Amino acid sequence: MEFNLNLFLVLSAVLFSIGVVGVLVRRNAIVIFMCIELMLNAINLSLVSFSSFLGNESGQIFVFFVLTVAAAEAAVGLAIVISLFRNKETLDIDKINILKW
Amino acid sequence: MQNYFILIVVLPLIGFLINSLLGKKLNSEKLSGWLSSLLVFVPFLIGVYSLFELLKLPPESRTIVYKYFSWISAGSFNLDYSFVLDPLSLVMILVVTGIGFLIHVYSIGYMHGDKGYASFFAYMNLFIFAMLHLVLADNFLLIFLGWEGVGLCSYLLIGFWYEKKFTGEAAKKAFVVNRIGDFGFMIAMFLIFANFGNLNISTFAGSIAGFSVNSPLLVAIALLFFLGATGKSAQIPLFVWLPDAMAGPTPVSALIHAATMVTAGIYLIARTSLLYALAPIAGNVILIIGIATAIMSATIALKQNDIKKILAYSTISQLGFLFIAIGTQSYVAAVFHLVTHAFFKALMFLGSGSVIHGMHEEQDIRRMGGLKSKMKITYITFLMGAIAISGIPPFSGFFSKDEILYKTFTNAGILPYLLVLITAAFTAFYMFRLVGITFFGKPRYDSHVHPHESPSTMTVPLMILAVLSVFGGFIGLPHIFGYNILEHWLEPVFANSYSVIQTWRPESVHAVSTEIILIVVSVVVAATSIFISFRRYSKQESFEEVRGFGKILENKYYLDEVYDKTVVEPIFKTSDGFLWKIFDVKIIDGIVNGVATFTSRISFDWKKLQTGVIQDYGTFAVAGVIIIILYFLFV
Repeated sequence: MEFNLNLFLVLSAVLFSIGVVGVLVRRNAIVIFMCIELMLNAINLSLVSFSSFLGNESGQIFVFFVLTVAAAEAAVGLAIVISLFRNKETLDIDKINILKW
Repeated sequence: MQNYFILIVVLPLIGFLINSLLGKKLNSEKLSGWLSSLLVFVPFLIGVYSLFELLKLPPESRTIVYKYFSWISAGSFNLDYSFVLDPLSLVMILVVTGIGFLIHVYSIGYMHGDKGYASFFAYMNLFIFAMLHLVLADNFLLIFLGWEGVGLCSYLLIGFWYEKKFTGEAAKKAFVVNRIGDFGFMIAMFLIFANFGNLNISTFAGSIAGFSVNSPLLVAIALLFFLGATGKSAQIPLFVWLPDAMAGPTPVSALIHAATMVTAGIYLIARTSLLYALAPIAGNVILIIGIATAIMSATIALKQNDIKKILAYSTISQLGFLFIAIGTQSYVAAVFHLVTHAFFKALMFLGSGSVIHGMHEEQDIRRMGGLKSKMKITYITFLMGAIAISGIPPFSGFFSKDEILYKTFTNAGILPYLLVLITAAFTAFYMFRLVGITFFGKPRYDSHVHPHESPSTMTVPLMILAVLSVFGGFIGLPHIFGYNILEHWLEPVFANSYSVIQTWRPESVHAVSTEIILIVVSVVVAATSIFISFRRYSKQESFEEVRGFGKILENKYYLDEVYDKTVVEPIFKTSDGFLWKIFDVKIIDGIVNGVATFTSRISFDWKKLQTGVIQDYGTFAVAGVIIIILYFLFV
């Protein structure tokens, strides 16, 4: 089957949009966190697609970097979520709005 | 020669550093005092050596410029840190370091037991350092550096005994009044820079050589420099700081406020003599101010009772004489009197210090009397100084003062001459009033005071200065008596100026008969004055309240009060009532507070955007991204 870049990019865009909407509308911190991961992976998908389409491996190398950073970010993010829960006994971020004027 | 000449300023600097940084640790009066004296004596030797070096050269080429490094360099503007050694600066070096050394030695005895001993010598060395910059500099900015440096040292040393309130105030007064003069100096420098693009003195002299006489620019520069000189050299209207400066230790009064620093104004004008040769109008202003200052302060000195105040007003009066000489374009006479005055006035200040020391810090001459048997050396040396300043031949002051009188007569006319002659008579009068009341008559001090002669560190400098005061005049003998060494020595420095002066004032015929008549007149006047004064005051027993005009003189023409009312109080009132309470509080603070209030009002509504909910921020960011994307897609 012929390689169809458009399909991959559409999938990537859809995944990314789902991630964005998830970050913006969901209230649970863990779900938001997962949505961020979803956005990252949507980007990874488009990077891999372009890499394959252009026959240039640097896109794939980039994906490894993104994965690494995502792993690190996951560790930090989960740690924040845990300490947040210990302090506030909730993960509803509407209730975690103390950083303001 | 180049290599070691810099030591002349480096050594005093080392003395300053050692005494200021390590003085407390060393904690040895002997070491501090003798070290800093030595570090002034060696520059004196360098000066003497330079004298012989200069003598080897033919008279026209006796100008050596030592360039050490490029100080400021910006585009076409270039200033070097360089010294100029010529007959004029050499005279000043010898006076500053020579008398400076004697006064340092004197201070070893005088300051004995003072808790600020080391810092006193540190300041003194710093003063020598700055003063040598002033006299050696070959550009105006370096002169200004020295000028401000000596001003700083003067401030520090006037306020040396800072625990007393009035010394601090005297120091502040000296500093503030001098700032007014410095303003004139700076504007003059700015004018020179704006018009000639250079601050080097010899270049400046070269570029003004073609100007016509009395061109406005030169007159302006000359008058502004003179304003600077009135500050430093205590002339009307800026003389008021000098009498108060007597609050400092007496060696300071001798070194800074009699012999060296106060002559900086004269030196500056002598250094730029070509400028003044081209600006006779400025010369006339200087002459008038000089005469007014001389006569005013001489009359004040007639009725003062503080031994140092009398000498202070005498100094102002003698500085007035120097400006009279400058105003009549007799630069050599000015330098000559500068040197002899440095001798006898330093001598008398040190002598008064010795008296004050022996009398346990008593300065009021009404409570002295009969000291001549108690303090023989001080008495004799002081008497030498008094005779010298009064102008009795063959003492040094006679020759220098007589030259000024003669030049005033030939260059300025009969009226200025008479005024100067009267001032000279007053000088002799107040000096012998001082001598008579202090050293003669019956003792009037309390019985528990036992006046004693000072230690030899103090009396030896007195004796050396006394010798100089007696014989120092032979460097400038009048023509009728012989060869005038100083005039020939300084001839190359002032040659250009004198040839310019001859273009607008024909050389007066040198009449020997006139000179003899003038000499006889001045000697007779001085001797009569001494006689009257001495006969009246050496036996004076009681001192009644002075009345009438004497009261005005005793209160210095109420000039301090007048200045207070006309200058100080208005400034104070405007500062307090308007600048502070209205301008600062209402306008400056009003603007600042207004901006703050305005910002906080506006932010009151807009700060609500910051909800603290992270999803709101995310929404804004995404909305922004979408808007940008839409912009690129459709616009």
